[in-house]
Amino acid sequence: MKLSSKKKPNIINNMTWKIAGEAGFGIAVSGVLFSKICTRGGLFVHSYSEYPSLIRGGHNTFQLTVRDSKVYAPFKTVNFLIALNKESVTKHLFELSEKALIMFDPDENDIATETSSRKDLVLCPVPLAILSKNSGADRLMRNTVAMGASMAILAYDLTILDELFKEVFADKGQEVIDLNIRAAKAGFDYIKEHFDNSSYPYRLEKNEKHSQTQMVLGGNEAIGMGAIKAGVKFYAGYPMTPSSTLLQYMASKQLQYNIVVKHTEDEISAANMAIGAYYAGVRAMTGTAGGGFSLMVESLGLAAITETPMVYVVVQRPGPATGLPTWTDQGDLKFVLHASQGEFPRIVVAPGDTEECFYVTIQAHNLAETYQLPVIILSDKFLAESPKSTYPFDDKNIKIQRGKIATPEQLQAIGIYKRFDLQAKDGVSLRTLPGMKNGIFLANSDEHDEHGFSNEESEMRINMVDKRFKKFIAASAELPEPVLYGPAKADFTIFAWGSTKGPILEAMEILRRENVSVNLLHILYISPFPAKRVNELLEICKTPILIENNMTAQLGSLISEYTGYEIGNKILKYDGRPFFPEELVQRIRAIKNQKGLKKWLA
Amino acid sequence: MVSVNDFTSPIFPTWCPGCGDFGIWASIKNALVSMDFEPHNVMMVYGVGCSGNMCSFINAYGFHGLHGRAIPVAEAIKIANHEIPVIVVGGDGDLLGEGLSHFITACRGNPNITVILHDNQVYGLTTGQTAPTSDKGFKSKSTPLGVIEVRLNPLVTAITQGATYVARGFAGDPTYTTKLIVDGIKHEGFSFVNVLQPCVSFNHIHTYPWYRERIYKLEEGNYTPHDSTKAYEKAIEWGDKIPLGLFYEENKDTYQDDLPQIKPLPLVKQNISNIDISELYKEFI
Ligand SMILES: Cc1ncc(C[n+]2csc(CCOP(=O)(O)OP(=O)(O)O)c2C)c(N)n1
Ligand code: SF4
Ligand SMILES: [Mg+2]
Repeated sequence: MKLSSKKKPNIINNMTWKIAGEAGFGIAVSGVLFSKICTRGGLFVHSYSEYPSLIRGGHNTFQLTVRDSKVYAPFKTVNFLIALNKESVTKHLFELSEKALIMFDPDENDIATETSSRKDLVLCPVPLAILSKNSGADRLMRNTVAMGASMAILAYDLTILDELFKEVFADKGQEVIDLNIRAAKAGFDYIKEHFDNSSYPYRLEKNEKHSQTQMVLGGNEAIGMGAIKAGVKFYAGYPMTPSSTLLQYMASKQLQYNIVVKHTEDEISAANMAIGAYYAGVRAMTGTAGGGFSLMVESLGLAAITETPMVYVVVQRPGPATGLPTWTDQGDLKFVLHASQGEFPRIVVAPGDTEECFYVTIQAHNLAETYQLPVIILSDKFLAESPKSTYPFDDKNIKIQRGKIATPEQLQAIGIYKRFDLQAKDGVSLRTLPGMKNGIFLANSDEHDEHGFSNEESEMRINMVDKRFKKFIAASAELPEPVLYGPAKADFTIFAWGSTKGPILEAMEILRRENVSVNLLHILYISPFPAKRVNELLEICKTPILIENNMTAQLGSLISEYTGYEIGNKILKYDGRPFFPEELVQRIRAIKNQKGLKKWLA
Repeated sequence: MVSVNDFTSPIFPTWCPGCGDFGIWASIKNALVSMDFEPHNVMMVYGVGCSGNMCSFINAYGFHGLHGRAIPVAEAIKIANHEIPVIVVGGDGDLLGEGLSHFITACRGNPNITVILHDNQVYGLTTGQTAPTSDKGFKSKSTPLGVIEVRLNPLVTAITQGATYVARGFAGDPTYTTKLIVDGIKHEGFSFVNVLQPCVSFNHIHTYPWYRERIYKLEEGNYTPHDSTKAYEKAIEWGDKIPLGLFYEENKDTYQDDLPQIKPLPLVKQNISNIDISELYKEFI
C-alpha cells in the first residue's frame, strides 16, 4: 500500500473490531481473548455476538467496540473486519466505515468483486491458513493468526496476548500455549513484513493512566455471581438458550461454594424444586427463557399463595414457540407480569447492564425473603451474552436480608403459631422452616386459613388475598425509584427498560454533541410499577419517546395503564437484533425533524 | 412419647365414608408414631387429589403443592435439609399422570425420600375419570367408551427405573401397610409404597371384597426381594392373585450420598451472611 500524501492523524482507541466466519471456528473464543487484551491494557470494551441456532456451518460473528472511556453499547459501524470466509464480506460490507480494513485469506477467498463498490476500504490479505499450518497447527488456528495480525496493524502490544495465552491455556499444557503464541506471532510478523499500516488510521494504545483491573463479563455470569454472593445454595434449571450459560456457570461453581445445581427433567420440576428448597430455608433460584418460563407459570402462583420466597431469572429471546433461539428481544414483559392464574403480587426487575445484573440479583433474594413472594429478574440475550468491561463489584457492603424467619425463642413465646397470621400490618407474617419446634404449618396451594389448612369461606378468602397484596404495597414503598440519566431537563425524554439502556446512553452522548439534549428514565423495577415517578416526568417533559426491543410497545401500554398517557413517539425493533446507538440517533433525529409538523403526544 | 393424636390435625377428614384414604391416613400416622418422630421433625409433601387432601388432616410440616409436582418439591426439601424425613403422599393421577416424569426421575436419582401412592385407579377429586392405573377398557366419565391405553404398572415402572425400595400395601390392612411405610422410611434411598385404595364412590370394580379375595403376602411364600427380575415377575401379577409386600430392595448410594456439597453441613445450616466471591472475578480478567 502507498502512503497517501496528506495524512490525517490516526484515530486512537475508538473503534469497532469484528471477526466473522463459519460456526465452529472458535470465533467466540477469539473475541473474548481480544476483549481481555484490550481491558488488560486499560481500555474499555463492549462486545456483541451473533450466531445461529446450530453447531456447525452457520454464520458467526463477534464484534467489539473499544475506547479509553466506558463503552455502554457496541456500535454497528465496523472499522476492522476479519473475514474468515467470503460470506463475511458480503454480509457485513454495509456495516463498514470509511477506510475500514478487511483482513482475509487470499488463498481461500478472492473478494475483489465483492468490494469493488468500496474503493475507500483497506484490503489486507493475509495467508491465514498457510500461516496457521506453518506454526504447527491445521487451519483451525486461523483466528489466532488473525489476532496476531490485528495487533500488528493496530500497533498494540503483542506481549499482552502471549501472557493471556499462558493463563487461559495453563491447564491445557505448554504445547497448546506455544502453539497459540507461535500462530499469533506468525500473523504479527507477516503484517510487519508485508503490510504498510500507514494507510489505515485506526490504532489501539495501552491506557497507562487507567490502572483499575476490569473483568470482561456478560449478564448471565453477573447474575450467577450475584446469586453466589446472595447465598444461593440451590439452583435448578433446564438448558434453554440464552439462559443455559447461567445454569452452566452455577454448575461450574458447585464445589467451590457448596451449591447444589440440578439439571432437572423439565422446567416445571426446576421451578418446583427451587420453591421446595426456598421453603426449607435455602436460598434458591431457577433460570430459563420464555419457553421454559411458560412451563413454570403455574409454579409462580404456588410461590405466591404459599408465600414462599422465590427468584426466577427469565432471559428473553424472540418467540413465540421456539422462535429465534439465539437472538434478542423484549417481548416477554407483559407475559411475566401476568403469567399464572389468579391475582397476586410479584416483583419484576429488569437490569440494564452487567452491574445491575449483579446487584439486582442480590436485591431480588432479599426482597423475596423480606416480602415472601416471587421475584422475576427479566434479562435478554443481548444483555446475557455481550460481555463488557466491568469493574469487580463493590461486594463488601452487601447485606443479606432474610426477612421474618422465626427464632426458637420467638416460637416459644408465641404459644399458638400462625404462619399466615392476618394481624401482620404489612402482610408479612413470621415464617418457620421445617424442623423448627412449635412452628408447624401447612404451605398450601389451596386457599387456606392462618395455619395453612384449606379454607373456602368468603371472609377468609378476602382476608388472605388482601394480606398478600399488603406485602406488595409495603414493597413498593421500599423499592428504588427509576433513575433519570442525562440532564434534568431535556428536549427529549426517553422511557425505556432493560438492556436498551446501553445503546440509549451512547445515542444520548452522540446527540449531546449535536446539541440535542436527551435524557432517559430507565425503569428498573417494573412491578410494582413506579407510576408516580413516571407520571411526574411525563407531565413536565417536553417530548417523550418510548424505546423498546419489541413490536407492541409493552412498557408503553403499561405507562398508559398507570398514567393515562400514551407516548406517541415509539422507537421499536423486533428483528431479533438489539438497537445500535447509530440507529437510535437516526430515529431520534427523525422525530426531531418531524416535530412541529405533528403533535405526537396523544 | 408421641401418640397418634400428636399427628392428627384439628380438622376431620372430608373423605367419603369408607374411602381407603382413611386406612392410609392411619397407617402413615402409626408409622410416624412407631418411629418416634416428633411432628415438627417430619416433612410431608402432598399432591393434589382426594389423597392430597390429607394435608389438612395431619399435624406435621406440610407442603401441599401443585397437582403432579409433589416429588420435585420433596426432593429439593431433602437436598436443602437432609436431616429430616421427607414423605410424599399422592394419587395415581397426580404421581403417574401429571407428574410421571418426576416419578421416573426420582426412581433414577434415588433421593432418600418415601413416596406413598394412593392407587385407586381413578381421579377421585375430579369425580371419577380414568387414571393411568385403570385397566384397559375401564369405562369412566371421561372414557365412556372404555379407556384405550393399557394400564400403567407403578411397581414395574419403579423397579425398572431404579427405585431401591418397592412395596405394595392395601388400605384395608393398615397394620401391614404401616410396616411397609416404616421400612420404607428407614430405607436409605428412594422408597415407594404403592397402596391399593378402594374408592367407594367412583371405582365399583376394585372394592374391598374384590381385593380381599385376591391379595396374598409375598413373604408367605419363600420370596426374597433382592432380584429385580423376580420382582418384575411378581409385579406383573394382577388378576386372580395380587401380591402385597416388599417386591424389591437394594442398597446403593442415594442422591444425597453423591452430593459432596452437603457433607460439611446441610445446606440450610450453611452460613451465607458474608460469602467471599473475590475468587470469581479472576477468570474474567
Ligand atoms: C394442573 C392441574 N390440572 C388438573 C387439576 C385438577 N385435578 C385435581 S385432582 C386431579 C386428579 C386427582 O386424581 P388422583 O391424583 O388420582 O387423586 P385422587 O383424587 O384419586 O386421590 C385433577 C385432574 C389440577 N388441580 N391442576
Ligand atoms: S371420591 Fe373416592 S378417593 Fe375420593 S374421598 Fe371419595 S372414596 Fe375416597
Ligand atoms: Mg386416584
